[in-house]
Amino acid sequence: MGTIVDARGFSCPQPVLMTIDEIKLVSKGEIEILVDTDTSKENVSRAAASKGWAVTDVKEEGEGYRVTIVGKG
Amino acid sequence: MGQLKNVFASRWGIIGVGAFIGILAPLLQKWGNPGNMGICVACFERDIAGAVGLQRAAVVQYMRPEIVGFVLGSLMAAYLFKEFRPRVGSAPIVRFILGAFAMIGALVFLGCPWRALLRLAGGDGNAIFGLGGLIFGIWIGTLFLKGGFNLGRTEKTYSSVGWLMPLTMIGFLILMFIFPQITDQPQSGILFYSVKGPGAMHAPLIVSLLVGLAVGFTAQRSRFCTMGAFRDLLLFRQPHLFYGLLTLTVVAFLTNLIVGQFHPGFVKQPVAHTMQIWNFGGMVLAGLAFALAGGCPGRQLFLAGEGDGDAAVFVFGMIVGAGFAHNFGLASSPTGVGPHGIAATVIGLLVCLFIGFTMRRKYA
Repeated sequence: MGTIVDARGFSCPQPVLMTIDEIKLVSKGEIEILVDTDTSKENVSRAAASKGWAVTDVKEEGEGYRVTIVGKG
Repeated sequence: MGQLKNVFASRWGIIGVGAFIGILAPLLQKWGNPGNMGICVACFERDIAGAVGLQRAAVVQYMRPEIVGFVLGSLMAAYLFKEFRPRVGSAPIVRFILGAFAMIGALVFLGCPWRALLRLAGGDGNAIFGLGGLIFGIWIGTLFLKGGFNLGRTEKTYSSVGWLMPLTMIGFLILMFIFPQITDQPQSGILFYSVKGPGAMHAPLIVSLLVGLAVGFTAQRSRFCTMGAFRDLLLFRQPHLFYGLLTLTVVAFLTNLIVGQFHPGFVKQPVAHTMQIWNFGGMVLAGLAFALAGGCPGRQLFLAGEGDGDAAVFVFGMIVGAGFAHNFGLASSPTGVGPHGIAATVIGLLVCLFIGFTMRRKYA
């Protein structure tokens, strides 16, 4: 199981900063990021990709999304 | 719709939107808007403040339909793509103050980031100093962001809350129909209309409104933001939004060349002054305030259109800030900075630093 970043309620750039912080912290594995706007979903996915992480799943959840990203380190 | 890929959010999407605005903004000027001011969110909100009498500078009073269109276009896009998310509660008072000082900084330079790009695209060399200040201000903002600065979380709220800004804009539009402009009259009912100066220069109402709607719609889809373009580049080397900004500038330049609106130089540029330190300084203040508030003035309107009540508070802060700027002699004019513009810029920077240094905490 990976870690969860709860970025709900934050608007850009916080969700991206939080995701990048977590990527640096765990360096590889799986991270789930909770966001509540489409903009954050897109920004987080774009940031993960630019760090070489793969977006493996985007699920609608409640009022937002659960974005799963996987990094091989 | 949620699973459907948003083409506007792709690289070509943001470039397309940049090109779209880059063509329309100079055309708005051709159709009647002031020089290098096809679109200027700060100037237009200032004109709105003038139209309702919050400031009484006779040359800058007009209820700009572009602003109405920006909000309503975004609202339509948000509803169509199920992105209307009413939300509030992320430090609204801070956003109001940031909005007010962002406006004051922009009026010291004489333009928001959008107009800074359009001034450059029209050949106004003074815009280089404004853009330099903007980038520097945003860079200071990124230092605060790296240090943990944030305005806190929003909370979901009632739909009606998200509708308040769009309804306000619809109200403004209705006022224009009830009290239409009368030729050579400075007032029509409760609305003020400039009879000379930039406020008297405008494209036909319906044209301004339609362009505003189109820009609002596409900007909501693409998340176009002139502050975010520089911020993302500085903060995490992410050039996505910057492609849109660059395309806007280049396409606006080419459009100006084609329609004969490119006039390179520093002196006698339309609605501009040559006091470069304050062109720079005013935009440092505006850039920092936009960065701390999370969006350029255009983006704040688009966010307000998709239900963000905090962005709406920022917009009202800007409109009230315009009132202060003109009533207290803070705004510049083509002859130079206003009598108290420098003092206001310094105070604004101090306020932004106070906010930046004190609002940092770990994400709770």
